[in-house]
Amino acid sequence: MVTCTGCALLCEDIEVVIENDRIKESRNACRRGAARLRGCKNRLAPSFNKMQTDIDTAIKKAAEILKNAKSPMLFGWSNSTCEAQVKGIQLAKKLNASIDDTSSFCQGLLIERVLKKKFRTCSLEDVRNMADVLVYWGSDAQDSQPRHLSRFSVFPRGESRQRGYEEDRLAIAIDVRESNTAKICKGHFYRIPLKGDREFILALMDALSGKVPKYDAKRILELAGIMKKAEFGVLFAGIGLTYSIKEDIDILVSLADMLPNFHVMPMVGHYNMRGFNEALFKETGFINRVKFEGKPVHDNKYAVVEVLKAKSIDALLITGSDPLSSLPRSVLPHLSSIPVICIDPCVTLTSKIAAVTIPAAASGLECGGSAVRMDGKVIEMSKVVENSYLTDAQILTRLMEGL
Amino acid sequence: MPTVMELYQLLPKTNCKKCSESTCMAFAVALLSRKKKVSDCTPVLEESFKKQKEKLELLLLPTAGAEETGMIVHPELCTGCGNCVVACPVDVANDPHGAGTGCAPTNDKVIFKVIDGKVMAFNIKECRRFGKNRVLCYACIYPCPTGAIEFV
Repeated sequence: MVTCTGCALLCEDIEVVIENDRIKESRNACRRGAARLRGCKNRLAPSFNKMQTDIDTAIKKAAEILKNAKSPMLFGWSNSTCEAQVKGIQLAKKLNASIDDTSSFCQGLLIERVLKKKFRTCSLEDVRNMADVLVYWGSDAQDSQPRHLSRFSVFPRGESRQRGYEEDRLAIAIDVRESNTAKICKGHFYRIPLKGDREFILALMDALSGKVPKYDAKRILELAGIMKKAEFGVLFAGIGLTYSIKEDIDILVSLADMLPNFHVMPMVGHYNMRGFNEALFKETGFINRVKFEGKPVHDNKYAVVEVLKAKSIDALLITGSDPLSSLPRSVLPHLSSIPVICIDPCVTLTSKIAAVTIPAAASGLECGGSAVRMDGKVIEMSKVVENSYLTDAQILTRLMEGL
Repeated sequence: MPTVMELYQLLPKTNCKKCSESTCMAFAVALLSRKKKVSDCTPVLEESFKKQKEKLELLLLPTAGAEETGMIVHPELCTGCGNCVVACPVDVANDPHGAGTGCAPTNDKVIFKVIDGKVMAFNIKECRRFGKNRVLCYACIYPCPTGAIEFV
């Protein structure tokens, strides 16, 4: 059995056929996971200043860059094992660097509140065994976490939900477009205008407290009725909801407080984003956007987007992430003017502009380790294929030694 | 997927009964369910119906890969989510602790399996749409938002 690292569901029931140290066929994994398990098409080679070199020189040069930088930043981490993340935090401490991960422009706001216990939350096994009302809000789980509906939420039969989706469960989708998840929810799809989440939450809170909501009264009252009657409800909060109510995410906390039987689960994309958030929270009390200046300081100006905008860093170490493909174009020019160190198994857009590239073993495939699933459960991953690549954690250890 | 009416429009509509069906409409239904072939209709084979014959064959192309129950899985549309694996009542009955609870199938009695990110159908004779007591079951079509599973 192999653990798939395609998304934050970390499916552990994947069977594989291995041929010539590569996965030839995978069973039970979704299309996204199957592609991930097949491995990279273009393997990254160690390089310095776009000239191929050996791995020891690459690590040495990377250590030199970090040593000479006045305000370096360590970014990425969502596609690394928990062990590598802990090493990364240690490295940031040693360098007095700022550290941030992809949650700073993803689900960070929600995860922070979940870790601070402002929301009631539950495990995915609880969802499978007990949940009767499932609300997908701003989340297209069917496409982003393809096996979410079939493994845990809508379709499986659980201990207290023996009749599954036919009678025991009700799936509701709230979204700006009719996504594939909304198509499954059919009669219970609530379409809202862009940025309309705040008004929808306020209207829903009105309906829950017995007032007549300001718009679409009939349907919102119906939804409030369903949510009130739920024995074990789960609100899967997607990135659509988080982006829409960014500034006042606390109204979602107020809504959750009005629904005593409801649990909130952030729909995380990258497989170990929550792992990094938990590790940094344990270490510093903050989940991202931290700078170590003797003691950890948290500020929005240490977010990766803000530092690139303000041009306040002079070196960037990226582990298992591709900011060039995911960040807005307006903040990218600064990346080309500073030395970038890229640790990744595959060739990415970022690795093409990097000053130093260090190939790593793909976690969950070429090396083992642990990762945290979207609900907070720690999943152990094992090594599947033989190879000679260093793991993220080993590379970071050697970098620290090089300092 | 072609409809019966589309096929009927291309047939001679003479109800000549040479194909042993009572009407051309009945022949169109038989064509779609793959009980008859285009060549069973002798008038269509004549030179004057050449164009219609070609069109008919073109329309029936997508049904060529259908299983015995008429099931077609479009691998290019399938995302491998496994909703059909878990929702299929036969899979649940044959593997209640595996496919029934959302986990990977634990035996070979199930109909659907996801291989290389795409769903494939096995044990097709177990399907509720097959055999003497067949029913018009939609359990695998309903949970598929991309329309990767079809019946003809």
